[in-house]
Amino acid sequence: MGWFKRLKDGIITSTKDKKEAPDGLWYKCGKCKETSTQKDVVENFYKCPKCNYHIRLTSAQYFEVIFDGKYETLFDDLISKDILGFTDLKSYPDRLEAARKKTDLTDAMTVGHGKVNRKPLVIAAMDFTFIGGSMGSVMGEKIAKSIDFCRENKIPLMIISKSGGARMMESAFSLMQMAKTSAKLSQLAKEGVPYFSFMTDPTTGGVTASFAMLGDINFSEPEALIGFAGPRVIKETIKQELPEGFQTSEFLLEHGFLDFIVDRKDLKERIGDLLAMF
Amino acid sequence: MVFLEFEKPLESLYQQLDKIRQVGEVGDIDVSDKIAELENKIKNERKAIYDNLTGWQKVQLSRHPERPYSLFYINQMSKKFIELHGDRYFKDDKAIVGGIGNLDGQSVVFIGHQKGVNTKMRQFRNFGMANPEGYRKALRLMKLAERFNLPVISLIDTPGAFPGLEAEERGQAEAIARNLFEMAQLRVPIVCAVIGEGASGGAIGIGLGDQVFMMENTWYSVISPESCSSILWRSWDYKEQAADALKLTADHMLEFKLIDGIVKEPPGGAHSAPEEAVKMLKKQLKKSIAELQEMDPDARIEARIHKYSQMGHYDLMKKKAIVETKSTE
Ligand SMILES: [Zn+2]
Repeated sequence: MGWFKRLKDGIITSTKDKKEAPDGLWYKCGKCKETSTQKDVVENFYKCPKCNYHIRLTSAQYFEVIFDGKYETLFDDLISKDILGFTDLKSYPDRLEAARKKTDLTDAMTVGHGKVNRKPLVIAAMDFTFIGGSMGSVMGEKIAKSIDFCRENKIPLMIISKSGGARMMESAFSLMQMAKTSAKLSQLAKEGVPYFSFMTDPTTGGVTASFAMLGDINFSEPEALIGFAGPRVIKETIKQELPEGFQTSEFLLEHGFLDFIVDRKDLKERIGDLLAMF
Repeated sequence: MVFLEFEKPLESLYQQLDKIRQVGEVGDIDVSDKIAELENKIKNERKAIYDNLTGWQKVQLSRHPERPYSLFYINQMSKKFIELHGDRYFKDDKAIVGGIGNLDGQSVVFIGHQKGVNTKMRQFRNFGMANPEGYRKALRLMKLAERFNLPVISLIDTPGAFPGLEAEERGQAEAIARNLFEMAQLRVPIVCAVIGEGASGGAIGIGLGDQVFMMENTWYSVISPESCSSILWRSWDYKEQAADALKLTADHMLEFKLIDGIVKEPPGGAHSAPEEAVKMLKKQLKKSIAELQEMDPDARIEARIHKYSQMGHYDLMKKKAIVETKSTE
């Protein structure tokens, strides 16, 4: 039993996100609408066996795909606080509580420390299911702490982005996380510790406009949505339809903002190669 | 004069004042007492209004059509200002301006968002919404400042970075991110001031500095109250509630220690006495630059990064293994 089994466990325990996760033994692809067995999907690295659609993964699933088995999580004790007393239709504490219940996570980012092909790596990965992967104080602090950990131990850092952007309920605090994370990354760069930015579907807003675009290497999975403004906002601004393939990873590669796109089946090997070369 | 809705009581007082002045001019009745009385009334009424502004009212003031914009401040502060154009890659963005100026003998590099003063100019300036080339022009000028050891002054006034098709093609996100990364390590002092709207990534894209100020009637937030209302309340009608919830005023920002100070505006806001507003801002900028120039560049950079590292609030919970360490079988 290798990681296939664990991936399978992962998919079963995370079926709360019904749109993405297969129900029972069958998986119906949201893209090509074809049905496959769950076993085939899992063995295909969580991609649709018919059209190669990359299913959105959780942080834990990425850790399982990338790390050599064993890893430890770091900075789990940080949890969000409602500093502003923010209430819209729901109060922020209620939103946090609901997200915690739904995901069994403490926030939209989990940091893992492990090895990839026997080389150490710290991965800070986001969970889109936790308030849209939004960046607030906790995510900013986890990134800052990860950077300091990597500086201290001279271990490369990888951030897996999957986020709608900054967390509105923390207003300017979440905005300042853009400055905070970028400033901390400048320290990592100065000390010559590599930083890989892996942008996955979707990566938008303040996350893209800060650490996600600042990798020594920027890369992505096929057909991921990556952008600054969301497609709907752009459409409303320019009052015309967006071109086919706009803001996909292929589009970003073509315009010079990504180094490469990697199929998920080659992900671990590619990261291992990078680590061996840096 | 343009009066905002909450300034309406002032408008009728000003109308009365005009009428009395006209009477004074044509007749031989002495109206000076009446004028003094009205002027006093205006002063008190203005104070009553301006002492109790809501978040949304401050947002409206920050967008007041007669409010001074970056080039006004720069040209007033600096008798000699040479505007410099272009990012050297693509074009000259009109929504961000910059150049070399002078603050009473100290050469400085100015950068700032620029809005237009009339309908035609508002379009020309793209309503203060910059494209990637604007952020790259700003960075080029900051690098110029670094090379010649000149302090940088950045004036923030934008409803956001432009959400356009070409902006995405040319890397709006990368341009903003790059500025944040480079500004963190810039070896010369950076002083920023929000002089109008401080909306989101478009604002912070030229807003990372050793000291950051907000003028009294401005706002700074991750999102505009209107967009926040449309997303969280699913309607455009909750902008006032959103403005309150976002705690976007200068007072809140200072309380949260997300800015370093507030620059007072003349009574009635910067637009009621723009030259006065310039003087007040200039005084603060000169003071900040003098302070920052005392520091060694490395220490200044470290203090700058440390300041941003402290921004954020969270709780610590008892260590509980949410994700258990897994091992290979
Ligand atoms: Zn498919």
